[in-house]
Amino acid sequence: MIRVTLPYHLRILANVHDEVELTIDGRATLESVLDALEARYPVLRGAIRDRFTLQRRPFVRFYACREDLSLEPPDTALPEEVVDGQEPLLIVGAMAGG
Amino acid sequence: MSQVRVLVGTRKGAFILTADAQRNRWEVSGPHFAGWEIYHVNGSPVNPNRLYASQNTGWFGQMLQRSDDGGQTWEAVGNEFKYEGVPGTHKWYDGTQHPWEFKRVWHLEPSLTDPDTVYAGAEDAALFKTVDGGRTWQEMPGLRGVKGDLWQPGAGGMCVHTIVLDPKNQDRLFVAISAAGVFRTDDSGKTWKPVNQGLKSPWELPDPAAEVGHCVHRIALHPSDPNTLFMQKHWDVMRSDNAGDSWSEVSGDLPSDFGFPIQVHAHEPQTVYVVPIKSDSEHFPPDGKLRVYRSRSGGNDWEPLTKGLPQKDCYVNVLRDSMAVDALDPCGVYFGTTGGQVYMSAENGDFWSPIVRDLPAVLSVEVQTLQ
Repeated sequence: MIRVTLPYHLRILANVHDEVELTIDGRATLESVLDALEARYPVLRGAIRDRFTLQRRPFVRFYACREDLSLEPPDTALPEEVVDGQEPLLIVGAMAGG
Repeated sequence: MSQVRVLVGTRKGAFILTADAQRNRWEVSGPHFAGWEIYHVNGSPVNPNRLYASQNTGWFGQMLQRSDDGGQTWEAVGNEFKYEGVPGTHKWYDGTQHPWEFKRVWHLEPSLTDPDTVYAGAEDAALFKTVDGGRTWQEMPGLRGVKGDLWQPGAGGMCVHTIVLDPKNQDRLFVAISAAGVFRTDDSGKTWKPVNQGLKSPWELPDPAAEVGHCVHRIALHPSDPNTLFMQKHWDVMRSDNAGDSWSEVSGDLPSDFGFPIQVHAHEPQTVYVVPIKSDSEHFPPDGKLRVYRSRSGGNDWEPLTKGLPQKDCYVNVLRDSMAVDALDPCGVYFGTTGGQVYMSAENGDFWSPIVRDLPAVLSVEVQTLQ
């Protein structure tokens, strides 16, 4: 079970009030977690990564275990602490704009 | 008993203002979608409780929301806006070619006959259509085929910001694009042609016969006479009496012919409203006086409407989608400002009062007259 923390606006969009818990079949990577997240909450398609290129949106960042994973390749394996549910994967709206 | 419902899009959410036909006691609902830019909220003419809202942020992109109860509850619908085929390129600020990239929906125009059919004007400039209540959207690619490679963004981006449906000819639509001009289809969007003859943009377009490239800010028509169009261009207020085939200037005695919105009175096809802005360099009213100008003769002769509006130290702007009229008698006229005020006049513009004073910057105003 993988825990995912969404930013405020995306929690409202997805109508969730706390962390999201996802079960991933196979290897847990950024890509597979985002696939599972979007499958459960289709309203988030396009909000975290581009619908067509699947590139991370510029002002969205990914963090886990105090590491910035935003620039890692999508098929990078997530840390063990995230995979076993000790730590959440944080999806964060970057500080930008007003 | 009639009611009016004012749909306000702002930089930080949507607001819905309602009143009875007297229009002197208002209820304010919102913010809906707090924190998001709401470029436009619009309702179906045939099912007024069916609303559509364009919701966007730089962080999380474009969402489309739909309500079936007049804005009490909302449901996110489809947000997949894909350009047909190979999107190609358009002209960039430096004159080079730049790939077409979807950014946001500026304007939503529901069909006059079907609540599930809506047109969406997008940046980068393209027209999309849904026929299933917003669940899926398809581009109408013929529009970009009209010299789209020569279209160039203005300071606000390159967007389809105005969509006007001809109430007497369901095959005819007009769109206006910054900075490309006005385009018309007579076959329900399969083919389009630029209708910009007579527009003059000497500073931006040295070629006086340029078919595209004009920075049109807004067009409007009266439903009883859809061949007559009024236009607020970047500079110049214009008029066409042949569905855009040719235009003539009707700026007349305006203190400035720069501005953004233009509207037509609900019951008087020759009564037109504009809000002059000092210049493209200084986006605020001339002399710090917020004045709506009204022409009762279809242009050229304009009178300032000032009663109830600030006549000193006022430096707000009124954006292109931020003026609307209701269908009551006397006609109500409404506009929103970048200072967060929504003003209304229940007397054809003769007297004004603020409905609200302190919203976020207003991006759009639509009015529904409910029976």
